[in-house]
Amino acid sequence: MSDPVRWTGQMPSAPNQAGGRQPAAQGGGGDGTNLADILERVLDKGIVIAGDVQINLLDIELLTIKLRLIVASVDRAKEMGIDWWERDPTLSSGHSELEQENRRLRERLEALEGRNGQAALEGDDDPDEVEVEDEDAELVDAEIVDDTEEPEPQPARRPKQTAQQGGGGKAAPRRRRKAEE
Amino acid sequence: MSDTLTYVYAVARDVDPAAVAGLEGLGGRPVRTVEHRGVTAVVSDADRAEFQERALEERLEDLEWLAATARAHHHVVDTLGRDHLVAPLGLATVYFDDERVRAVLEESAETFSAVLDRLDGRAEWGLKVYARKGRPDATEAEAEKPRSGADYLRRRRKALREGDTTLEDARRAAGEVDAAASALAAATRSHRLQDAQLSGQSDPMVLNQAYLLPVERADELRALVASYQDHPKMRVELTGPWVPYSFAAATEGSAS
Repeated sequence: MSDPVRWTGQMPSAPNQAGGRQPAAQGGGGDGTNLADILERVLDKGIVIAGDVQINLLDIELLTIKLRLIVASVDRAKEMGIDWWERDPTLSSGHSELEQENRRLRERLEALEGRNGQAALEGDDDPDEVEVEDEDAELVDAEIVDDTEEPEPQPARRPKQTAQQGGGGKAAPRRRRKAEE
Repeated sequence: MSDTLTYVYAVARDVDPAAVAGLEGLGGRPVRTVEHRGVTAVVSDADRAEFQERALEERLEDLEWLAATARAHHHVVDTLGRDHLVAPLGLATVYFDDERVRAVLEESAETFSAVLDRLDGRAEWGLKVYARKGRPDATEAEAEKPRSGADYLRRRRKALREGDTTLEDARRAAGEVDAAASALAAATRSHRLQDAQLSGQSDPMVLNQAYLLPVERADELRALVASYQDHPKMRVELTGPWVPYSFAAATEGSAS
């Protein structure tokens, strides 16, 4: 195959929202066109007639799933800013200790604060927090409707958060609901 | 048995064989035409080993191969489509030889003609709309650690609420552009919203449309989309003109 086409030009910046440094892929018909745009057309559209070779084209949705697997590919991952191995002391040496320690501390801090926050709300004895609840109670209800048992009519609410936007937000509403009960 | 198959990129009308001279298809193979009853199939050889059934199933799982093939396919379709009436075929439509292609042109002459008629004088445009996010959550969280657990929860709630209204607003705004664009178009198709993995954009996509537009209205569409360029809630992205892939389905009813 002489065509040196690569995914790199079009590859997503990162699996979550951390990246965002990819410039908007532009253009229409030209060869610099975003591969995703091409794929959704050549795979899912066009005249479909039976060829002599039976084929089973990958659906664009399945392709998305497969893309997640590619992310694991090292050189690509690095381009996307996934470079944990550089901080892993077994894989690289030297400059990493401080970063590691920082990360550990950050994780512990988050874990502790998460627990405290929940405990405080359950205890409900801090005037400061009660105020917070009053302010936001209505909106909290609206937000957790995804998995709550009493649906309330809220105009123009989105029915369901899809996976791509769900991101890190999923765990939090549940925890909050528990805290309120 | 020959060691090549015939790969069909598209069907077209009024293609002078000289028009495809120098055009390269899959693996750099030369593109040629197979004409029958006024419809031209745009084809090239394809490696039989690569395209026979079992090999192909595996290849299609190989994203490098898929990407290269999709690009080669698109390159042929797009190049020829610049000055010809072209209806693209789905990826990897292959026949044993040119005779088989001729037979298919014979069988499906009416279908192809109908599709080509419908696409005549029209081009496809793609419009993608992304919700514009205010502040990226990650940055905000990094910037200042919550003072307490309650503070943390309040922030999470606020972030989620803002995220929700941001999406709502973007959807509403996108609906507005879509309605205006559809009014210019001969037909509209919705593509699946692209996952961030596929779009390469961190902002969530809220609209992914294709419009079949009379060529003379291209400027109107461009102006329309440009007028939404600085919209606070959404980011619009227009692509095109495309050969009308999204409107070439043979089964398509009367496009309104």
